Amino acid sequence: MSDHHDDEHAREHDRPLSGPALRAKALESLLVEKGLVDPKALDELIDTYETKVGPRNGARIVARAWTDPAFKKRLLSDASAAIAEFGFIGRQGEDMVVLENTPKIRNVVVCTLCSCYPWPVLGLPPVWYKSAPYRARAVIDPRGVLKELGSGVPEDVEVRVWDSTAELRYLVLPERPAGTEGWSEDELAAIVTRDAMIGVAQVNVSERGRR
Amino acid sequence: MNGVHDMGGMHGMGLVEIEKNEPVFHSDWEARVHALNLACGFHRKWNIDIGRHSRERIPPAEYLAFSYYEKWLRGLEMLLVENGLVTPKELETGRAESKASGASVLRASEVAGFLRVRRLARMDDDVPAKFRPGERVLARNDHPLGHTRLPRYARGKRGVIDRDHGVFIFPDTHAMTRDRKPQHCYSVRFAARELWGPRASARDGVYLDLWDDHLDPA
Repeated sequence: MSDHHDDEHAREHDRPLSGPALRAKALESLLVEKGLVDPKALDELIDTYETKVGPRNGARIVARAWTDPAFKKRLLSDASAAIAEFGFIGRQGEDMVVLENTPKIRNVVVCTLCSCYPWPVLGLPPVWYKSAPYRARAVIDPRGVLKELGSGVPEDVEVRVWDSTAELRYLVLPERPAGTEGWSEDELAAIVTRDAMIGVAQVNVSERGRR
Repeated sequence: MNGVHDMGGMHGMGLVEIEKNEPVFHSDWEARVHALNLACGFHRKWNIDIGRHSRERIPPAEYLAFSYYEKWLRGLEMLLVENGLVTPKELETGRAESKASGASVLRASEVAGFLRVRRLARMDDDVPAKFRPGERVLARNDHPLGHTRLPRYARGKRGVIDRDHGVFIFPDTHAMTRDRKPQHCYSVRFAARELWGPRASARDGVYLDLWDDHLDPA
């Protein structure tokens, strides 16, 4: 196999499909021929993750928590039930925990062993979250990582890193930025970023109008 | 297993680079691999912990060189062969030697329902908790050859139970023998300095989700 594989790499630029693309295509053909997968179901799965779930879901949760104290209380005491009120349930979001940032606490979520991530509220994880640098460094040097990403933490603020080693999925409830008094839930949701809900950024009013 | 997947605390991996306006998938084949993994999981020939362990068993040099979905592709190939859905020869040639008999296949109309089903990592079993929030614990210094959710960086370290999540399947046995071994899973807080020494901030902490079988009283 390895010779074949090397050949493919050498010719990669001349070919429409690279090594893994060819392997994936061959595997799909085999599984369809064997009657183990229906390609239309694959299309539907892909459409779900490309268009139906994503960080917009999580942003709605955060905006609601910022504007509705009773919801926030439910969210922090039983996140799975509170998030289910929005219908954001299912795979990789079965048991949710919400972590509240405060002026004295910054929460950061990582999965050092693989790529655990709350799909129903954030969609599929970005490449950096699954990458070796983040998985290696988030637990040993969270302040360095946050500083590099433009979100440095003052010395008197506690950093809590959550390594997702079980079937619990974590969502950070960022601090509501100053200057958003009187904003509607939709306006607030529009400034909540994926990275803020992972914990590597804070929500910034200047996000408004960027999307 | 002490694999390269257990990355917490490693040095030399480089900077964290966030891609602006990143697409969900960077190419069609990545999307197909993601969907194939889910659609093959529908056959229930393996569980999520067996799936994770397949990717952990990719040889370290390949694991580090592969992109994310290359790992998922290789892991899926291993799972299909090891669980008898595909023969090694079929995988090599790409041609089916026989049709799957009586297998019910995930259909497009069933996808939405399939993704909303709560899978049962949390269990109803009435198992007593060994620890209570606030108790001090010692993570075991154990290096199993098989799957474990206790990362190397926490082994032999002292922490405090932050909260009891309830009773969950124990992945370490579930991945190896399919034994669910239901037991309490806790969030355990380790002071950053307990894990990393004096270079770490005295204020900071790392929280890991660990099970009764990972912990002893401290």
